[in-house]
Amino acid sequence: MNVEFSSEELAFQQEVRKFLKEKLPAKISEKAKHELHFTKEDFVQWQQILAEQGWAAVNWPVEYGGTGWTPTQKYIWSNECAKVGAPGVIPFGMSMVAPVIYSFGSEEQKQRFLPDILGSKVWWCQGYSEPNAGSDLASLKTTAVREGDEYVVNGTKTWTTLGQHADWIFCLVRTAGSDAKNQEAISFLLIDMKTPGINVSPIYLLDETREVNEIHFDNVRVPVGNIIGEEGKGWTYAKVLLTHERTGIAGVAKSKEAIAQVKQLASETSHFGQPLMEDSAFAQKVAALEIDLLALEYTDLRTLAAVSTGKAPGPESSILKIKGTEIAQQIDELKMEIAGYYAIPFVKDQFEYGFEGPMVGPGAAANSAPAYFNHRKTTIYGGSNEVQKNIICKAVLGL
Amino acid sequence: MDFSLSEEQQMLQDSVAKFVHNDYDFESRMKVVKGDDGYSKVHWKLFAELGWLMVPFTEEEGGLGGSAADLMVVMEEFGKGIVIEPFLATAVIGGGLVAGAGNDLQKGELIAGIMDGSQQIAFGYVEPQSRYDLSDVATQAEKTDSGYRLNGHKAVVLNGGIANTLIVSARTSGSQADADGISLFVVDADAAGVDVQSYRTQDGARAAEIKLNNVEVSAASLLGAEGQALPVIESVLQRATLAICAEAVGAMEVAYQKTVEYTKTRVQFGVPIAKFQALQHRMADMFVEHQQAKSIVLMAAMKLDQGGEGAAKAISAMKVCVGKAARAVGQEAVQIHGGIGVTDELDVGHYFKRLTMIELLFGNTAYHTQNFARL
Repeated sequence: MNVEFSSEELAFQQEVRKFLKEKLPAKISEKAKHELHFTKEDFVQWQQILAEQGWAAVNWPVEYGGTGWTPTQKYIWSNECAKVGAPGVIPFGMSMVAPVIYSFGSEEQKQRFLPDILGSKVWWCQGYSEPNAGSDLASLKTTAVREGDEYVVNGTKTWTTLGQHADWIFCLVRTAGSDAKNQEAISFLLIDMKTPGINVSPIYLLDETREVNEIHFDNVRVPVGNIIGEEGKGWTYAKVLLTHERTGIAGVAKSKEAIAQVKQLASETSHFGQPLMEDSAFAQKVAALEIDLLALEYTDLRTLAAVSTGKAPGPESSILKIKGTEIAQQIDELKMEIAGYYAIPFVKDQFEYGFEGPMVGPGAAANSAPAYFNHRKTTIYGGSNEVQKNIICKAVLGL
Repeated sequence: MDFSLSEEQQMLQDSVAKFVHNDYDFESRMKVVKGDDGYSKVHWKLFAELGWLMVPFTEEEGGLGGSAADLMVVMEEFGKGIVIEPFLATAVIGGGLVAGAGNDLQKGELIAGIMDGSQQIAFGYVEPQSRYDLSDVATQAEKTDSGYRLNGHKAVVLNGGIANTLIVSARTSGSQADADGISLFVVDADAAGVDVQSYRTQDGARAAEIKLNNVEVSAASLLGAEGQALPVIESVLQRATLAICAEAVGAMEVAYQKTVEYTKTRVQFGVPIAKFQALQHRMADMFVEHQQAKSIVLMAAMKLDQGGEGAAKAISAMKVCVGKAARAVGQEAVQIHGGIGVTDELDVGHYFKRLTMIELLFGNTAYHTQNFARL
């Protein structure tokens, strides 16, 4: 049992640092520094650079183009990326649909889809939630009725993150039966977004960004070859995917950087004649959060270590989702507290690259409230934190 | 980085777990708690025979290696049975002070006695006014021709009424709150002028108020360099903090599991109360708190074994996290059990008591939060 990096791990850390320094595009790095919004092009450009290096698919098996990294290497990678503000890999293709395809898809599907995901040539989005199927996802109503060699899809998917950019969508659809609770009627279907009958309409979040969409399917005809695995097994596939992908959901590296930023900002902010960071009430709030995060960091590492010895991450990984999102939201609150009055103005264009008008307030202050409002989603999405507790109750506590 | 237990650590874990499971049922524990000795001499002999009393010591000292990770393994299992035998006071703290400050003669004599089970040690460092300030020492050690004369009041001395050997801190120079000038002395519990008022603690162990009234000790009873004891006290109490936090992790595991099991059998409104989501989510929270505490204790153990600057900060982080978790899990265990939870007859309340006392020991949550922010 030891916490130190081996000499190989230290060498890897150096390699990662050198790579990030040389390859992270200046424009992206500048946007990260000023908390400006990344565009689709930014994400794709960065992911293609990663693909060239062989580092795009951190968690994939090596045979499909994954890194084969140890838990410690993954830990080093995420920490170093967070330090320089490198954008995260958009998860829908790389970490959500790809594991389903390589775990349950046919050989033909693997060859058809995986290389384009790896090379970020195709943008994927997720079609799970529906207007009336949120936390109770299994009650989803979108239907896929077989007619010859096609499924005819009808229904509405919602909260589709960055769906406006998507070339493809992976959906949970009902292929049989009208029993709303019957999880065995759910199938996992891949749909080309260019298919006639698909209509994407935007939903704006509290910070007025278009992050999510509602997607309507009106008699959309999908080749039967686009179904993953067997009809009626979609729920099982989706669940396997969820537990696997909940590792990494803790967002520890990002939150560590955010706390470092909080400390930096608070020491530069004057508060009744002294730096805010020296105010003991504030300092204790920061300390409490930092300690919570430290515990989470080691819970995350324990989970990664268990995965590497062949144990699938159990429902314990729900802890990572619950604590990770709660901590990140509390950091947002501290940032807003630091901003004080300058959390109040909302100058939307200020967060776009190339904004030349006069800045209202310091950059970090301006973004504090929009980030706080936007991030309220995190305890709601991906299975709300209440649903995570249900998972713990059922699967761990046997309740 | 490597989080796995070694083969030796697994064996150690198995052997302590087996003892707690087979030989440490709640009724026998309570008999010992309410008995005259304050601990079971039979168990203590077994601890010695099984080599557990050697765990805190390095191989050089005749022990099993003395790593913080080993200590964590033992204490977590002890926590599951809320073991009251004074392993912490004698082996971890007493042994730690002798190993850290003692000369060869003192080490040879005392460590051997700890390991073979013949020595019981208590460390008096808290004073009525000192709270968590380790440099606040009013007890005086005045130089005499043959040694020192000790006067002062040591408060809440863990294992105080049981120990045959006391280690006390006393000021050989400086004023009451100075970091320098604190010395350690080995004092026979029967020495003239040592007044021991022994009592039970809330959680069923033994402690004492110890008054030193012109206690004459020889020069040879000085433990470590005169006036330089603070660093060794701090370092031993860091290790002790790790020990009780690991113990808390074990106790919390049992507390939440017993709560879950109870709700499955307790029927109200025609259903087991486990069916109520209002209770389910709170038990999920208990599980999360326990897991987070377990993670941070692992972190702190590894940082202690790594040594260096980061250890003190890691210990404070751990104590805060475990202190909060211990409060929350203990309170919820009692609340969810309902009426039976507040009775003396059920074990759950006793886990609650131990968890509550652990939060208070060696610096509470508020103290360590400040310490963490300062470091």
